[in-house]
Amino acid sequence: MSHINLLATSGLTLGEGVSLLYLLASVLFILGLKQLSSPKGARRGNTTAATGMLIAIVTSLTEIHPSAGKIVLMIVAVIIGTLFGAVLARRVKMTAMPQMVAAFNGVGGGAAALVSIGEYTRLVSNSSHGVVLAIAVVFSVVVGSMSFAGSAIAFAKLQEIMTGVPITYAGQQLVNGIVLAAIVVFSIVIIGFSSSIMILTILLIISLVLGVAFVLPIGGADMPVVISLLNAFTGLAVAASGFALGNTVLIVGGTLVGASGTLLTKMMSDAMGRSLSNVLFAAVGKVTESAGAAGAVGQDQSVRSGTPDDIGVLLAYSQKVIIVPGYGLAVAQAQHVVRELADLLELKGVDVKYAIHPVAGRMPGHMNVLLAEADVKYDQLKEMDEINDEFKLADVALIVGANDVVNPAAKTDPGSPIYGMPILNAEDAKNIVFLKRSMRPGFAGIDNQLMFDPKTIMLFGDAKESLTKLVAAVKAS
Amino acid sequence: MSPELVGYITTFVLAAFVGIEVISKVPTILHTPLMSGSNAIHGIIFVGALSVTSASHGTVQLWLGLLAVVLATINVVGGFVVTDRMLEMFKPRRPAEEKR
Repeated sequence: MSHINLLATSGLTLGEGVSLLYLLASVLFILGLKQLSSPKGARRGNTTAATGMLIAIVTSLTEIHPSAGKIVLMIVAVIIGTLFGAVLARRVKMTAMPQMVAAFNGVGGGAAALVSIGEYTRLVSNSSHGVVLAIAVVFSVVVGSMSFAGSAIAFAKLQEIMTGVPITYAGQQLVNGIVLAAIVVFSIVIIGFSSSIMILTILLIISLVLGVAFVLPIGGADMPVVISLLNAFTGLAVAASGFALGNTVLIVGGTLVGASGTLLTKMMSDAMGRSLSNVLFAAVGKVTESAGAAGAVGQDQSVRSGTPDDIGVLLAYSQKVIIVPGYGLAVAQAQHVVRELADLLELKGVDVKYAIHPVAGRMPGHMNVLLAEADVKYDQLKEMDEINDEFKLADVALIVGANDVVNPAAKTDPGSPIYGMPILNAEDAKNIVFLKRSMRPGFAGIDNQLMFDPKTIMLFGDAKESLTKLVAAVKAS
Repeated sequence: MSPELVGYITTFVLAAFVGIEVISKVPTILHTPLMSGSNAIHGIIFVGALSVTSASHGTVQLWLGLLAVVLATINVVGGFVVTDRMLEMFKPRRPAEEKR
């Protein structure tokens, strides 16, 4: 807090004091991001960033001079926003976190677009605007609205309000190209020729359309990567608003998110073994002809389903069991029961490990968070590279609500949409037990040959109920 | 180009490099919390929303600004709270682990 002393001793103006406090806020944002990227400091990092935010907001209050009426309205707006944000964030279940992040990101993008439009209309009526302002405003409106609309679609897909299957149609790329071209044309008109608010509004609307069109053809399983990209978009839109308003803390905050978000997006698609352009444009999960053919083959094959008692005995007399958790575990909230089963098996001398695929669940880290909540021992959680060679030593691979992350098609079928994605080698285990609700394909919409493997036993039902039955069966055996 | 603009561009370019450098090594399990945390940081648009609202002339600008304030507040509050909830899941494990 030495800058406050400086303020007193060296007679800084209010404006200089504000700039220094914004600098402090920016430094806290950077430190926060730094801490968030290591497991030790992650929670502190969030607090650090929030402190920076608080400082920036309080500082900004010294810069504005609203009328009494506006103050009342602004306070009401803040209360409404706080209620929405806090209640949603508190109430949401762990399984619904991804779509919550999408929603919070979308409203940020929308706010950036609105702020820029507001500033533009004000300055245009004062006729004191230049090309730089127009460029910043246009960028912020286009990118912010795209992020808003794209996030809304991502939310709808993850919340299963709409289908998670990629939506494609003939001529889609042509239509998207035309929308994009229209955006470029209207942007040039505003930057170079006209300051019409009407045209800016049209630009906002077509950008919303492009945001929708951009996310529609992307499958539900790829939404985390898309949300991360849209997060970076919102960051850049905020930075552009910072240029329009001449506010450095907006520029720094927005750019930090824009840059780190872009890198994070790349890291997330790398973790899936795919390129970003493959994620965004390949419509993975669309039922293609080859996948349809594989499905037809699948129907001819028989599936072996077992009773909980059979499987309980199998587990109890194994030496090594590897549990592969997936989204089904999260949906059923079965993390505590799975730990109970694992503890029970360990008492019987079975070696139990958990194999965590980097994208198991719907977000990287989803499984770690859930299992940590159930107090699973950290050394039992194994990442894919650590555990993959151990599957061939395992007596049972117990797959709880996972599917795509153990689909051998990723290795063997070049026609499969997930071909090339690194998977867990569950097929190497001596026995494979699938706990699954139905034969329905996984979130990526692709059939899994592993379910038809002669080594495989299916146990249909809700993951939590099935696990509870297994616990009873293991106790009895 | 005004000196202010040069200053903004300098800030922008340096912030872009810092943003990339600062998260260069992130374990997979932290991808989601990091995304969520940075999502909260772009809620700094709240500052812009306050500024636009207080400087607004006329009804349209005022309501644009107020809507932006509501949206930005949701972004900030929801973003930090949801990130904290994700990260709090990591906490109880540690003491338990040491006990074992």
